[in-house]
Amino acid sequence: MLDGNAIAGLLVEVFGAELTTATGVCANCNASAPVGELAVYLRAPGAVARCRNCDAVLMVVVDVRGAHCVDLRGFAALA
Amino acid sequence: MARAALPGRLTWQLADVVELIDETPRVRSIVLDLHEWRGHRAGQHVDVRLTAEDGYQAQRSYSIGSAPEDGHLLLTVERLDDGEVSPYLVEELRGGDKLELRGPIGGYFVWEQSDGGPLFLVAGGSGVVPLRSMLRHHAAIDSDVPVRLLYSARALDDVIYREELTRLGDRDGVGVRYTLTRDRPAGWSGYRRRVDREMLGEVAWPVAERPLVYVCGPTSFVEVVSSTLVELGHEPRRIRTERFGATGG
Repeated sequence: MLDGNAIAGLLVEVFGAELTTATGVCANCNASAPVGELAVYLRAPGAVARCRNCDAVLMVVVDVRGAHCVDLRGFAALA
Repeated sequence: MARAALPGRLTWQLADVVELIDETPRVRSIVLDLHEWRGHRAGQHVDVRLTAEDGYQAQRSYSIGSAPEDGHLLLTVERLDDGEVSPYLVEELRGGDKLELRGPIGGYFVWEQSDGGPLFLVAGGSGVVPLRSMLRHHAAIDSDVPVRLLYSARALDDVIYREELTRLGDRDGVGVRYTLTRDRPAGWSGYRRRVDREMLGEVAWPVAERPLVYVCGPTSFVEVVSSTLVELGHEPRRIRTERFGATGG
């Protein structure tokens, strides 16, 4: 397990902006944390970010034939 | 709070390797010259990409060890025995070679004067690299923010930037403490165990001073240090962490 810093470059690729200082709110437990502090797993297919409070999946980024597929449904808010 | 969006896209570029410095038997610093570099902030990293002759690519992140004020970009890499990238960088790379990288990356694990302090930096092994950038930046701007570094290493020979940290630690308002977890030289007067609650209680700034804390090291190290600091009463929101783990290399 790593943290959100490890996907800072990937997030710039996907969103075109630095995102690790943004605050994410977990849709499951409502905990909020900077993206840089999320628990990140790179050994899953793609990159998975989980809530440190309840372990819910917040974000998944998978590379499919050269295109990034991004699932952000775990966030109630990301700003 | 600094949240300067990186303008545009991250693009890969070729850097020239101008110097290689053996820091310890397993760790090497790579001094790079870049043609297009918009500067970095202390604590940021770069992504390095190696491409094999058959087109296979492997990519890893490495913290920047140099200060924004330094003339060259310095990366410091620890060789992981089963790694794909670090053995090449530590053993095969030569002066005059090119290295493909992109950056600077990351805005969270960053210290600037406007973030204030007092600063408490905690390093496990090669986790000292981005903290060295912060200390050099702190010295370059002649910052008056008080700063303490606690650096955990296995043995004195594994301490990266040892002479430089001694110099930086001699500055007013800067303190550097070591703990050696495995081997100690005769007469060693520093700590001689893993970082624990008692040690953090002694070395960290008092909770009442609301220190700004940066912890960098292997995942297990960072988990122990950050959770212990919270137990001691430090504010979670003032503890910034960066982990590296076995997925690297």
